[in-house]
Amino acid sequence: MDHIPRIKVNTLRKEAWDKVTGAAKYNGDIHTPDTLYAKMLTSTHAHASIKSIDTSDAENLDGVHAVITGDYIPVLSGSLIKDKPPIARNKVRYFGEPIAVVVASSKEKAMQAIKLIKVDYDPLPVVNSIANSIKSDATLIHESLGSYDCPAKNVYPKPGSNIAHHTKIRKGNMNKGWAESDVVIESKFKIPQSDHLAMETRNSRAKILPDGNVIIYTSSQAPFAVRKNLSELYNIPEGNVIVRVPLVGGAFGGKATVQTEYIAYLASKAVGGQMVEVMNSREEDISTSPCKIGLEAQLKIGATKAGIIKALECIYYADNGAYASTGPRMAKAIASDCSGPYNIENIHCDSFAVYTNHTYVTSYRGFGHAEFTFCMERMMDKLAASLQMDPIELRLKNAISPGDLSPTQSKITLSNTGNLTDCILRLKELTNWQEDRVVKMDNGMIRAKGMSCFWKTSTSPTDASSGVILTLNTDGSINLNCSAVEIGPGMKTTLAQILAEKMKMDVEKIHVVMNVDTQVSPNHWKTVASMTTFMVGNAVIRAAEDLIYQLRSIASVVLRCPPDDLDIKDQKIYLRDRPEIYVSFKNVVYGYMYPDGTCIGGQIIGRGSYIMRHLKTLDKETGKGKTGASWTVGAQAVEIEYDPKRYTYRLLKAITVIDVGKVINPKTATGLIMGGMSMGLGLATREEFLYDDVGVLEDTSLRTYKLIRFGEHPQYIVDFIETPQSDGPFGARGMGEHGILGMPAAFANAISLAAKAEFDMIPISPELIWKTKTGGKYDPI
Amino acid sequence: MLEISDSTIITLNVNGKDRKIVAKPSDILLHTLRKELGLTGAKPGCENGDCGACTILVDDWPIKSCLMLTVEAIGKRILTVEGLNDAPIQQAFVENWGFQCGYCTSGFLMVCHSLSKIHPNADEQTIQNWLQSNLCRCTSYDEIENAIKSILKWEVYYERTGRK
Repeated sequence: MDHIPRIKVNTLRKEAWDKVTGAAKYNGDIHTPDTLYAKMLTSTHAHASIKSIDTSDAENLDGVHAVITGDYIPVLSGSLIKDKPPIARNKVRYFGEPIAVVVASSKEKAMQAIKLIKVDYDPLPVVNSIANSIKSDATLIHESLGSYDCPAKNVYPKPGSNIAHHTKIRKGNMNKGWAESDVVIESKFKIPQSDHLAMETRNSRAKILPDGNVIIYTSSQAPFAVRKNLSELYNIPEGNVIVRVPLVGGAFGGKATVQTEYIAYLASKAVGGQMVEVMNSREEDISTSPCKIGLEAQLKIGATKAGIIKALECIYYADNGAYASTGPRMAKAIASDCSGPYNIENIHCDSFAVYTNHTYVTSYRGFGHAEFTFCMERMMDKLAASLQMDPIELRLKNAISPGDLSPTQSKITLSNTGNLTDCILRLKELTNWQEDRVVKMDNGMIRAKGMSCFWKTSTSPTDASSGVILTLNTDGSINLNCSAVEIGPGMKTTLAQILAEKMKMDVEKIHVVMNVDTQVSPNHWKTVASMTTFMVGNAVIRAAEDLIYQLRSIASVVLRCPPDDLDIKDQKIYLRDRPEIYVSFKNVVYGYMYPDGTCIGGQIIGRGSYIMRHLKTLDKETGKGKTGASWTVGAQAVEIEYDPKRYTYRLLKAITVIDVGKVINPKTATGLIMGGMSMGLGLATREEFLYDDVGVLEDTSLRTYKLIRFGEHPQYIVDFIETPQSDGPFGARGMGEHGILGMPAAFANAISLAAKAEFDMIPISPELIWKTKTGGKYDPI
Repeated sequence: MLEISDSTIITLNVNGKDRKIVAKPSDILLHTLRKELGLTGAKPGCENGDCGACTILVDDWPIKSCLMLTVEAIGKRILTVEGLNDAPIQQAFVENWGFQCGYCTSGFLMVCHSLSKIHPNADEQTIQNWLQSNLCRCTSYDEIENAIKSILKWEVYYERTGRK
């Protein structure tokens, strides 16, 4: 029988029509009349002692059910370092930190009550920059850092300092590397914190039932982490915490940390378990909930005259904000991949996560990679310039290839990394790179091209795992149940395609369980790290194999033949050499009934699971180990038009070539990469957190925090290289985050060329260009 | 002039039907649509008029429903995404992968639908002016551009401008 492919096909996403008709439901769309509403009072100071909080007027307001502060069940949360009270206690460490929570009959009442709470602060010196944080006599943000509990292994906070974590990479011999280098260049880089800016703000509801079950409804990309963390923090048996997640309105890493869920739980507990909703305003979502890391770095790179990189020395400081959260893991991720996709024998890297009195951070698309890639890829262009070499040639010469060792001394293979050289060569064609990279137009405008390579692996716990359950319906269709959260990338549909391909059936006959319920769906670590298709996809394949085994077993009895003689296609189990002899799925899914009414078998349930293989924690002194299953590599370019008179620019074209192993859904994959590219151009050109001189975040609304809008977007070109990853589903590798990674660097390389100035910080606004070019002086003419 | 001082029963014309609802003078249309009528297609994204996720049509023109009082809508025709009823733009968004998470989609659909009715021959600049009102964080806007262009009468536009 002919095979109809279900992968490499543009299958419409399963929830497409729900999303264009308003039928799609997100967490904040559900309201019940018994819901109470919580609002947070947040800190107006970046660093201060709380001398007193007077909540009496708020409590007495009609319609207010409860007011709680940090003294209500005081505990410290944190998946790596337990340093964060869900509601601040005794002191505040960032502007926007929750201090008190009012629960009232309506949102309006709660907001009214918030205004009646009186807080007496005693301001403390503000650690408002990385430089201030790492000074030897710096103000300590966590005086008790040494006594905090660290639930995760290999996190190394330094007591008596603001250092939350330090990862070291010591690879090769630096003296040898420098001795072999003819050219050595050094540079410093700076990247501000910024926001995920998912269109749906973070929100949760909680209720506590008389039997002790805690039900959390939340907009989270990590329902099982919510369950685990809540269970541990408040001593609730894990099975009693039930977390339900519907469609999520964008996440980008920002919904992987447990935050509003704690507040909702505490608020519900304070009112006897009634349902309480916590919904961030946009301002709270920006300033109170965690953001993206800032980064400062110093890089030194050495190469031979022929352009072979011999040594890399780098220091990275990630601005982690006031609490550790996931920050230390991003410092680790930066160090682990610090070479970029290049073979560098000798590497010395120190990567720190440091506390400041800024908004605390969590994972953000790229997990630190967009940030270090900016530094490394600017260095590549600087090195190419000093060697008088084409930047693309320099990258080709050093491109990572099979047999090389990563900074963590993990072995590179074609399967676990893909083919960077092919990506670069394809990019070269798509950009017409051989033409002049800087062209002065007749109207005085300057057109320029810049490029960047990237790579990224995941940084998961070594035991991250995923499960899948398949059940069948009497119409022969299959229900696919897993805990990947549909945050936007269409992974539920991708997984349905993988299942359809494996079962050789129509993808329309596969129903995905869209919502996640931790009591109903099997565990999935978190919907993060571009690992969903890889991890859950592998579990889907195993579940399908389990299903096929069971279907063939029962069909072999019905059809009186060995199971090995049977194949499966189009919801039928048939004799391979006599396809007209078959039994349909629908006749066996709940057991098979003979004509006389006797039955055999029973309900068929397929199950599959996947756990990360051979990951190793990094050695504390050398960084030797393995953080992720594989890398994904690629190359990107940006073409701009620069106006040298007005210091402005337009984005003309943005190109990505990425080795995804196997494209499962071409349009979905292209859209994911383009969306990442758009975010990357946002980082490159405008997105940043602006703190005033006392650490107050100034751009907390979408009027001041600027995103790319329609019409500012360039032409996008995306192309794929497919070097299969042998342990990926049908060869597919992770790609969800990667579109963002090289964009800031490619843009900065283009504008540096066009404006004839070195831009080593982002965002590169027209104002920054003007300041750089003129020293910030107005031209009176 | 209508004068109300407390919760009052008012009639709104939503998606072609008159609906009686209870509203306070301070209620904003976004919340009334979502909570009183269960029409949750319009989303809160900033409640400040910056993101456009709550866009609906009032007498055929796009309005950010977070910036409109419920009582201001009395006597006007309100159209939400739930009332689009197989409008060409819905199919166009599906076919052009015009969304990922879907949260901003209702708002974009309403702007595009209105644009296609009011300026069926809209040129590039008009499209840009209209669609800049809304934010999307997942797509690159390129997909949305393809979707809107696929339903506009571009043949007319090509003829008029001689451009393609």
